[in-house]
Amino acid sequence: MTSTFIENPPVQPVEALPREQRRDTKPRRPLTIGRLLALLLMIGITILFVVPLFWMVSTSLKTPQGLLKPDWIPNPIAWENYTTAFSFGLWPRWFLNTIIITLVSLVGMVLSTSLVAYSFALLRWPGRDFMFALVLATMMLPEVVTLIPQFILFSRLPAFGFQGSKVWVNTFLPLIVPAFTGSAFYIFLLRQFMRGIPTELTEAAKIDGASRLGIWWHIVLPLSKPALATIAIFHFQGAWQDFMKPLLYLQSEELYTIQLGLTQFQAAAGGAPAWNWLMAASLVVMLPVLVVFVLFQQYFIEGISISGFGGR
Amino acid sequence: MDRTINREASGDQLARRLPRRYSRLAFQEAVAGWLFASPWIIGFLVFTAVPMLFSLYASFTRYNIIAAPKWIGLRNYETIFFNDNFFWKALENTFWLVGFKVPIVMIVAIAIAMLLNLDLPGERFFRTIIYLPNVLSGVAAVFLWQWILAPDGLLNRGLALVGIDGPAWFVDPAWTKPGLIVMGMWWIGGNVLIYLAGLKGIPSQLYEAAAIDGANWWAKTRHITLPMLSPTIFFQIVTTIIGTFQIFTTVYIIAGSSAGGSGRDVAFGGPGQSLLFYVLYLYNRAFGKVGVGGLQMGYASALAWILFVIILVITLIQLRLAKRWVYYESE
Repeated sequence: MTSTFIENPPVQPVEALPREQRRDTKPRRPLTIGRLLALLLMIGITILFVVPLFWMVSTSLKTPQGLLKPDWIPNPIAWENYTTAFSFGLWPRWFLNTIIITLVSLVGMVLSTSLVAYSFALLRWPGRDFMFALVLATMMLPEVVTLIPQFILFSRLPAFGFQGSKVWVNTFLPLIVPAFTGSAFYIFLLRQFMRGIPTELTEAAKIDGASRLGIWWHIVLPLSKPALATIAIFHFQGAWQDFMKPLLYLQSEELYTIQLGLTQFQAAAGGAPAWNWLMAASLVVMLPVLVVFVLFQQYFIEGISISGFGGR
Repeated sequence: MDRTINREASGDQLARRLPRRYSRLAFQEAVAGWLFASPWIIGFLVFTAVPMLFSLYASFTRYNIIAAPKWIGLRNYETIFFNDNFFWKALENTFWLVGFKVPIVMIVAIAIAMLLNLDLPGERFFRTIIYLPNVLSGVAAVFLWQWILAPDGLLNRGLALVGIDGPAWFVDPAWTKPGLIVMGMWWIGGNVLIYLAGLKGIPSQLYEAAAIDGANWWAKTRHITLPMLSPTIFFQIVTTIIGTFQIFTTVYIIAGSSAGGSGRDVAFGGPGQSLLFYVLYLYNRAFGKVGVGGLQMGYASALAWILFVIILVITLIQLRLAKRWVYYESE
């Protein structure tokens, strides 16, 4: 029951998604009073959604005195907050750490997920359906069940002095290596997509003597680009903003990610944080994610619709 | 080579004549299938299956990582159920949040999705903006909302404009959880998009037929929209509940501000333990300081398994109840 329910998510993505082209050719319904009210309401709601971000920018440019005033446009503008906020702590190092962890795990995630999804979508092998049911089952598994035993495992696995540690804890390994085994959710998403690849293409390549690895690389991967992009973007967003795993596994300050770096503000402020610095630092930390969203928003929105999952 | 091609071409007839296990091609494909899937299978065994079994075992032991686990039978579970006020506090807080947040998210998200589905100009723009906060998570987003919900923050200043004296939100134990719900509304966009996709999947003929019969807006909503949307609603409720049960980062950060950030003991959970949610309590037990209730891996494993069973039971109950209210067209 559970597996059929996940396998056929109630949202039928591609058809249900409004095709922008089709939308343009369809004449819009005229604006009646009712629809005008709806439009105004929608504009109001949208403003509520962006107000926090404007407030963030505004706060990040205020002087300590300016913080007491509810102005939207700070006067005077304190650009120096951005340099002050990053003047303590090991910020360049923390950014570099985050970039390394995010990119290496991203490559691992995309490679492994696409291999596994290819196997589930286009190869026939005994035990496949059982294994795929397992994939679906792990999607429903609360992460917290494996939290403690994984920590114990990583505190035992030898790291042979990598990053100066005897065990995996306090190295990047627990944040990177698991990505190379794929993720159930992304495998599911990609497998649904790859099932749409016409078998004629892969069969023809087989007759031409291509190996399965060759078919995966030359045919399946190029055809799966949109879904791969969705996965890469989701993973980037998740890894960049991950807090729990760095909190558990990175103990020395020079290994921190930017998320852990931000919490240093709390420790330093001891209860009464300097909101202008905090907002400046938070905004810079968020910025890459915002930029990726603006550039690739259609992939986010497609991913949501394909999977039926709202994230978070 | 020639023979291979022939076999490929007549694969169907071949499969009929030869039992599968004797076919060399099928065998090759099976090996390739397992090999290609092996990253996940290995990962599943190493990072999920074996750890889960170990944690089940650990839940019956006293274990602090340094010394070997000591078997104590059901003692951990006994203590949790009969002698642990923090456990019940954490459970109460968690159920409170699930009970209020899930329905509110559902109603607000459906309402916004229905507005968006009116084919308004600029729909794509609205969709993008409403989804935008969903990509922002982590510490920075929590800090932003702590600032907005500060006693003299943006929200209370806004409320003051309309004459409402806003509460102290994350400082006042009675208002921390409502604060979390207010904050959670910013991340409603993902749900809205899924409901919107569900709404777009409803055939317009249904509405046209109802209009001919003279049905008003409410009748259409009640008898067409909601039944047709019920599979989406169901799916959303199940996933939102599972997600809400596991809230951690947000409350860890907010509780950390009020406690000054250090001295983590089992009671670490915001003003009056009002933010002591289940996973935070589990974290305190497993990774908190020794001597104040921390580093009890066996005890924390038992907590994890209890949460797992709770989530499983709730999901199964929902699957059972779904038969009564979820409408599938094919039936």
